[in-house]
Amino acid sequence: MSDMRTPLARVRGLGSAREGTGHFWHQRLTAIANIPLILFFVGFLIAINGAAYAQVHAALANPLVALALLLARGLRTILTGVNAWDPAVFGGVVVLLAAVALCASYLPARRAARLEPTAALRRSE
Amino acid sequence: MSSSATRAGPQAARRERPLSPHLTAYRWPITMTMSILHRITGSALYFGTLLVAWWLIAAATSEHYFDFVNWLYGTFLGRLVLFGYTWALLHHMLGGIRHLIWDTGTAIDKQAASRLGWATLGGSIVLTLLVWIAGTIARGGL
Repeated sequence: MSDMRTPLARVRGLGSAREGTGHFWHQRLTAIANIPLILFFVGFLIAINGAAYAQVHAALANPLVALALLLARGLRTILTGVNAWDPAVFGGVVVLLAAVALCASYLPARRAARLEPTAALRRSE
Repeated sequence: MSSSATRAGPQAARRERPLSPHLTAYRWPITMTMSILHRITGSALYFGTLLVAWWLIAAATSEHYFDFVNWLYGTFLGRLVLFGYTWALLHHMLGGIRHLIWDTGTAIDKQAASRLGWATLGGSIVLTLLVWIAGTIARGGL
């Protein structure tokens, strides 16, 4: 008996996706976080395109630039030259971005979660 | 249709069966096209990300290797691929914003959704051109 709940209690409120709004808000979180990250990525490439090796290397050595690129592209590339490692800056940016994206995805997620499925199905527009 | 009817011979007199509304039977609505494009551009971004990863790995490896990758991306074919990647990225971003707008429950009716679809397409093309113009100016060209 690993789960004391009845089968009905286990699925209640989780909808046809069987995982509730979990995937919904995960997707929104990453989608919203991606907008500023992609804009930064594009802006960075506009600024750096055609630059010589030394210049590109120096730009990528900036921890903020490296972090934003890592977050934007989801890369797990080992970047040499990232030695100005400041935990406060790294942590701060991660927390800030996560907080902004979470706030922005919370409202629509709550609205969707509070929707009565039967009412939504009955509504014919 | 007429050629197949002649080939059918004795069955030519039979009435045409009604067509079901299938992909090939009606004009694609812009919302459908944008939906498919969103998927395609999303998949294309995986490939584009590999190009970025390669560029970053090259920058982390050596000056010689970086210059080689930079040269490759600077060739006509390389630029063409990067131009397509820029468009895919921006189109996917605008498509994502469109979905976020829909999440709030606005612009969900047929006309507004179609306008939003066209705006996504137009916006992505204009943005891509602007990015490349800005990139060329930043390079010292123009």
